[in-house]
Amino acid sequence: MKKFDLIVVGAGHAGCEAALSAARLGLKTLLLTINLEKIALMPCNPSIGGVGKSQLIAELDALGGEMSKIADETFIQMKTLNMSKGPAVQSKRAQIDKKEYEILMKKIITYTKNLILRQGTVKKVLINDSKVSGIETEEGSSFLCQSLVITTGTFLRGRIIIGDKEYAAGRMGEYPSARLTASLNEIGIKTDRYQTATPPRVDKRTIDFSKMKEQPGENDIYFSFWKKSKNKSNISSFLTYTNKKTHEVIASNISKSPIKSGIINTHGPRHCPSIDRKVINFPEKVRHPVFVEPEGRNTNEAYLQGLTTSMPIEFQKMIVNSVAGLENARIIRPGYAVEYDYIYPNQLNLTLESKNIENLYFAGQINGTSGYEEAAVQGFVAGVNAALKLLKKPPFMLKREESYIGVLIDDLLTKELVEPYRMYTSRAEQRLLLRADNADIRLAKYGHSIGLLSHREYKKVLNKIKSIENITNLLKSKFVKPGEEAGKIFNYLGSSDIEAPVKLYDLLKRPEIKIIDIMQYFLLNENKIDSEVLKQAEINIKYEGYILKQLEENKKYSTIEGISLPSEIDYHNVSGLTFSAQEKLNYFKPETLGQASRIAGVSPADISILMINLKSRKI
Amino acid sequence: MSENDTIVALATKAGNSAINIIKLSGNKSIEITDKIFKSANKKKISKLNTYNIVYGKVYDDKNEVIDEAIVSVMKGPKSYTREDVVEINCHGGIASVNKIIDIILQKGARLAEPGEFTKRAFLNGRIDLSQAEAVIEIINAKNITSLKIAANNLTGNSRKAIKNIREQIVNIISELEVKIDFIEEDLETMPIKKIIKEIQSIEKKIIELIDNEKKSEIIKEGIKIAIVGKPNVGKSSLLNIMTGKEKSIVTHIPGTTRDVVEETLNLDGVPVIFKDTAGIRTSKNIIEQLGVKKSREEIENADIIILILDNSKKISDEDRELLKITDGMKRIILLNKIDLKNKADIEKLDIDNLKRVIKISAKEKIGINKVIKEIKKIALGEDEFLYEEKVIVNKRQRVLLENALVDIENAIKTIKMNYSEEFIITDLKSANSKIAEITGEKTGEEILNKIFSKFCIGK
Ligand SMILES: Nc1nc2c(ncn2[C@@H]2O[C@H](COP(=O)(O)OP(=O)(O)OP(=O)(O)O)[C@@H](O)[C@H]2O)c(=O)[nH]1
Ligand SMILES: [Mg+2]
Repeated sequence: MKKFDLIVVGAGHAGCEAALSAARLGLKTLLLTINLEKIALMPCNPSIGGVGKSQLIAELDALGGEMSKIADETFIQMKTLNMSKGPAVQSKRAQIDKKEYEILMKKIITYTKNLILRQGTVKKVLINDSKVSGIETEEGSSFLCQSLVITTGTFLRGRIIIGDKEYAAGRMGEYPSARLTASLNEIGIKTDRYQTATPPRVDKRTIDFSKMKEQPGENDIYFSFWKKSKNKSNISSFLTYTNKKTHEVIASNISKSPIKSGIINTHGPRHCPSIDRKVINFPEKVRHPVFVEPEGRNTNEAYLQGLTTSMPIEFQKMIVNSVAGLENARIIRPGYAVEYDYIYPNQLNLTLESKNIENLYFAGQINGTSGYEEAAVQGFVAGVNAALKLLKKPPFMLKREESYIGVLIDDLLTKELVEPYRMYTSRAEQRLLLRADNADIRLAKYGHSIGLLSHREYKKVLNKIKSIENITNLLKSKFVKPGEEAGKIFNYLGSSDIEAPVKLYDLLKRPEIKIIDIMQYFLLNENKIDSEVLKQAEINIKYEGYILKQLEENKKYSTIEGISLPSEIDYHNVSGLTFSAQEKLNYFKPETLGQASRIAGVSPADISILMINLKSRKI
Repeated sequence: MSENDTIVALATKAGNSAINIIKLSGNKSIEITDKIFKSANKKKISKLNTYNIVYGKVYDDKNEVIDEAIVSVMKGPKSYTREDVVEINCHGGIASVNKIIDIILQKGARLAEPGEFTKRAFLNGRIDLSQAEAVIEIINAKNITSLKIAANNLTGNSRKAIKNIREQIVNIISELEVKIDFIEEDLETMPIKKIIKEIQSIEKKIIELIDNEKKSEIIKEGIKIAIVGKPNVGKSSLLNIMTGKEKSIVTHIPGTTRDVVEETLNLDGVPVIFKDTAGIRTSKNIIEQLGVKKSREEIENADIIILILDNSKKISDEDRELLKITDGMKRIILLNKIDLKNKADIEKLDIDNLKRVIKISAKEKIGINKVIKEIKKIALGEDEFLYEEKVIVNKRQRVLLENALVDIENAIKTIKMNYSEEFIITDLKSANSKIAEITGEKTGEEILNKIFSKFCIGK
């Protein structure tokens, strides 16, 4: 029997990152997937990034992940969202050439040392003494392994629903994984069902773009800190709207919608409702936006963002054709809903390893999340930790106050989730600190110490940090003196004149004065400083008050965050806790006191009581 | 495991009449005390040896004296909590204690959580591990009492007001948050002018609440004292003498007081609410019966009972009944009308400590000072529950509201400086979590829930 260090099940966005990071760390890795033609597929919108998600990608990039780099090479359009707001919430969003992304990811995987890609459907997880030992496939092969990462997305007992039709499938046109759930349940992993849906795709040649608003992208923006891509694509999307007629079609045929007919009764993501649900829930809205987005350079397929539905095909057609510019649009792929098994993520540790079965990891949509980015970062964390453990190195766990990835995993482990989890910037308490623009400064050190970020790249970050310090000190040490010349400059910059000497540092705090102005008028003799360095210095100084406040809040975390709770406690036996706290703590089994404090129903007094029990070694 | 930030609480010791002890623990307790206290010998607290005691005065920010105090210093690790501990013994009553704690909070301490001194002592190894169970009980009990008091202290109105403020803040945050996280959606959101108005209305409400809490604190903190006794023993007379007002009608006719008469008196900064009740006896007169029923209720609600016996009459069944009802409660037994011939044979009564029966004459104003002294002793000295917990809980609420107000004011500044939504939200979220703490709630998912219920999300 073939033996691997690590097997990754599923080659979606989580699986690819998991397999790549583990193989790069030297593990003999097998990446098994149901269909070799579908590596890193984007079954919904072929888009990467967006608000909250681009922050995740930046972090993954800073750590040495792959998604950012492939997206940079394969996007067909890139833009910045929240441009008018502060740097913390500005977010990049790319429209990706779906096929090219798959091809490039597959190529990288194929040429990665230690990594073997194979087709196969896992039907059974082999366990030896509560520890992973291997897998069996439907095709009849067995493989031994020390560690296993399961990243099966929507494939576990996947069921597709279109109108009143339903059939077993992982995604449209793909086999599901029928028996793995049972095998997981057998070894004690608890599962439940979620649902998600996707809109119909239409033939671009049948769209009348003249009735729509063009949505062009921007040039020269990329995700990755490391490698500047030469990709200059900028293919527009188009915006149109639903109308009264659309809503009438839906309203009068709502009984045909699976959400009404009862065929779908599982929870879907609230952030991505079907057009049916939008029309039911918000009858007062007269129109909903529809973004027509190209799926790639080599296809005429266009994605209809906003028209998600799993109504019967004939009604999908009526809905699509009611929209301006889509009157004659031909559906070439229907919208559908897919229902699948996910595992309750509170069964996992911060490393994404199962609390009960050693060396068994889960990442991605199977953990109840949604989104390619959310999946990718989990895959990375699981793959890295599987590797670190086998290499007998300390685990890699990010804290919530230092990263969005930390927020995501901590949320999965401490919140009661009612829908597929999506990242938002509002989930991060320390939003002003956890910016995409400083992800390298925050996290490259980890990427480097893990071994996935080269020394050269890390040195770049260290130099950047040093340069930021230098320019900041310079701004603190130099003054502008009042006078005619200074007065002119302030007048020109639309700023008020000064009466006494003012530090450049303090000048920069004026909203109307930018760091480039200061460089240009007051620091003429300085050598050219990298714009990224200037940007960081500027952010730190301009928003200093807010940043200090958030750093102060950070301190609150640190004390109890590092105190770990043993996993083998029955909290019902811990005296002094309220009953609600006992129940919640037993359900979530938090790893640290910090996590415990975030669980709803656990009060500060309960935390005190846990501390005392810990100190007295009663638990 | 210790946080070592500086905490403060009122820790009045049992049996120590009229003295309140404010206790600080943590790395800044000495520094803070030096900022507010000047010793008579001009010596800084930081220069004192551990376990030294000095006399001096506590000053406010305007350099005005709040109170005289004796301060003792116990430097860590040789202290109860193993941290630097300072105790400020002050005389000026609960009002000045409130002021002193306020100033200490301004200087950087925070109010201690229920049982936190004990918790620190334990975590820092001052208390034996075998006593863990006892420590847990203390924290648990203090937590439960303070929650109970918190709930009681929040009147229906302020509870409603707080809930309302929370809803308003969550609503504004969600309005701002959709502009960030759901920028790609085609959503109609509240214009910034309206948002400023909303935030200003929140500001107003919080200020109002703080003012109300300030006003009601005094009333609420008042000690309720019910004066009871059979008809004609001199209850109303006593009340009038103590308050210096002719509020209660005094006649020689038994059963004069038919309803409860209330009067507030300031005893060294401690507000005391006297309730003169209808004399308790079995009566056929309906109005009087009602009065008697109310008297019994007053007994139940009172913090302290003053039970009056009549020196000039034989002890009756009514007296015995009252002694029985009030048994086990905090009570002061008076023997009134000692100017008249003694007929009451109180020696025969079953009272644990006959010596504690105070002999007075309301008419001749004899023994009234003793009564006042006894009230203070019971109220200030022995009753930890009344003072330590009640005052602190109320103060906790007010401190939280005041801190939230700072955040709200910052939010308005942030908007005026043209900062974008995420900065405004930072201020508002900070306010929200403080207000949530008043009612013991966690903020969690409420903002996303609000967004999804209110806006049509999903392109
Ligand atoms: N000699 C004497 N008479 C007193 C004294 N205290 C009260 N009295 C008289 O006793 C009578 C009743 O006094 P009140 O104060 O009305 O008694 P009360 O307990 O309020 O009576 P009710 O309201 O009827 O229950 C009045 O005539 C008072 O003047 C006292 O110390 N000595
Ligand atoms: Mg009377």
